[in-house]
Amino acid sequence: MIASGCGCGRRVATRDFTLDVDRFAAAGSLGDGLARLEGRSVLLAVGDMAKAAAALIDLDGVARQIVLSPAGASPDALAALARAAAADALVYDSDAPAPQIDVATRVACRLPLAPLAAPRPARLVTEWAMPTSGTSGPPKLVAHTLATLTAAFRPAAGERWATFYDIRRYGGLQILLRALTGAESLTLSDPREGVEAFLVRLGEAGATHISGTPSHWRKVLMSGEARRIAPQRVRLSGEIADDAVIAGLSALYPNARVEHAYASTEAGVAFVVSDGRAGFPAGFVAEDGEVALRVVDDVLRVRSNRAALRYLGADAPALKDSDGFVDTGDVVALSGDRYLFVGRRGGIINVGGAKVHPEEVEAALNAHAAVRASRVFARKSPITGALVAAEIVLRDGAAADEVTKRDILAACRAALPAYKAPSFLTFVAELPMTDGGKVARHG
Amino acid sequence: MTTRLTILAAIREVAAEQGKTLAPLDDDLPLMETGLDSLCFAILIARLEDAVGNDPFTASGDGRLPSTVGELIAFYDNAIV
Repeated sequence: MIASGCGCGRRVATRDFTLDVDRFAAAGSLGDGLARLEGRSVLLAVGDMAKAAAALIDLDGVARQIVLSPAGASPDALAALARAAAADALVYDSDAPAPQIDVATRVACRLPLAPLAAPRPARLVTEWAMPTSGTSGPPKLVAHTLATLTAAFRPAAGERWATFYDIRRYGGLQILLRALTGAESLTLSDPREGVEAFLVRLGEAGATHISGTPSHWRKVLMSGEARRIAPQRVRLSGEIADDAVIAGLSALYPNARVEHAYASTEAGVAFVVSDGRAGFPAGFVAEDGEVALRVVDDVLRVRSNRAALRYLGADAPALKDSDGFVDTGDVVALSGDRYLFVGRRGGIINVGGAKVHPEEVEAALNAHAAVRASRVFARKSPITGALVAAEIVLRDGAAADEVTKRDILAACRAALPAYKAPSFLTFVAELPMTDGGKVARHG
Repeated sequence: MTTRLTILAAIREVAAEQGKTLAPLDDDLPLMETGLDSLCFAILIARLEDAVGNDPFTASGDGRLPSTVGELIAFYDNAIV
C-alpha cells in the first residue's frame, strides 16, 4: 500500500503545499468520509495536485476503484467519466462547491491532514482508472492497478524527483508513485506558475530527476533560468523526442543523463532510450523480455506487465489483440539498425495522395539553427487536398524576417521531398499546448 | 499591382522555390505545359489566396477551371469584385 509509512521523510511539494507522506500513518485528507468510500468506485475531482496526491494515498486499498479526472474537467466531462466507470462516489475539493454528479456518496478532501479516528480500512487491490490522452472524441478510460503502474520501477532511494506533468494523468502519476514508493521527494508544477518560477523552485528543492515532454523541455531551453537546476537525469516522454531537443539538453546539462521514455496510458512504460539519439535500437523489437514489442503495418505494438488491464465503459473496445499486444497507434520507420518514431497513425497529412507525418517535418524544422520549436499542420488545398504548413518559434537572437523564413524553407526542401517540406511558414511566440504538455494538434 | 502582375510574379516565385524551369508565360500557354506540377499549382493557389484574399478554385461552383495562363489570370480577375 502506498500509504504505509516507512519513516523515510518522503515529501510531495506543490507551489503552495508540502505533503509529508509519513503522516498518512495516522492522518488523512478525507476524514470520517473514508469509511463511506470503502469498496466504492470513487471519482476524484479536486482542484489541485496536493489534494489529488493526498486523496490517492488515502483511497488506495480502500476504494474498489479510483477514477482520475483531468484538471479543470467540466461538469459534463465529469459526468461522462462517472458513467463510463460506473462511479458511485465522489471526492471533491473542500474549497469548492461539490460537482453535481449523481452518486451515492460525496466526501470532501481537505488539507492540511487531520488525525484519523480509526485505522484506514485498506484491504482491497484498488483499480486505478484514468483517461487516455487521445485527442479525437471523448477520452477513453483505462484501468490500471498499483502492480501495472509500478512494474517499471527500480529502487529510487535518495532521488529527488520533479515533473512538469499533472499527476492526474498517467505520465505524472508515474512520477508520483515513484516518489511515494521510495524516492526522497517530489516537486510538482503549478498551472499558474511560469516555467522560470518553476525552475527556481526546482533548483531550491535540489531536484535530481526531472520529467517532462519535449515541449516542456524546449520551454526550459528557451527560458533564462535553465541553469537554476543541476539534474542528474533529464527525462523526456509523451511526444517524439527529436535529435535537436536531445542534443540541446545534453549540451545544457553535460553532467546529466538525457533519456526519453516511450510510454502511453494504455501500453504503460515500454522502454527508455538513453544513448542520446532519437528513436530506439531495432534490437528492442523482440518478444523475450518483460516488455514485448512488435511492429505491425508500421505501427508499434506492446505487450507487458505495465499495460492497462482494459478499457472501461459500456461500448469499450478491446484494449489488446489476441496475443495480448496493445496497438499504440505510433508509426515507426526502420532506418538501418534503428527505428524512428514517425508520427501518430491518425495525424497524417495527405498531399495529393502522398502521406506526410507532421512530426517528421517538425524534426527537420527543429534541426535548423534558428528554430526552437515547431508545429506542422495541414492547410486545405482544392488541388491536392492538403498542403503542409508550419508555425515556428525562433531561438533567441534569430530574426523573424523573410531572410530567416527563406533559409528555413530551403533547408527543409533540401532535407525532405518537395511535398513534405512546408509551403507556408509563420513565426509565433509560442505553440498551442494540451494540458498534458504536448503540442496541440486539434485532432 | 494588377492581378496579371501578381499572378505572374507568384508563378515565377513558386517555380524558383521548387526548382522548376518555366516555359515563356504567354496567355495561350496551357497550364500543364508551364513546367509547374500539381504541387506547385496547389502552392501557387494558396499563396494567391493569401495575397488577394480569395480562392476562386474553392469558390468555383460550376467546376469550370482555367486551362491556360490567360484563363488563370481572368479566373482571378473575375473573382475579385
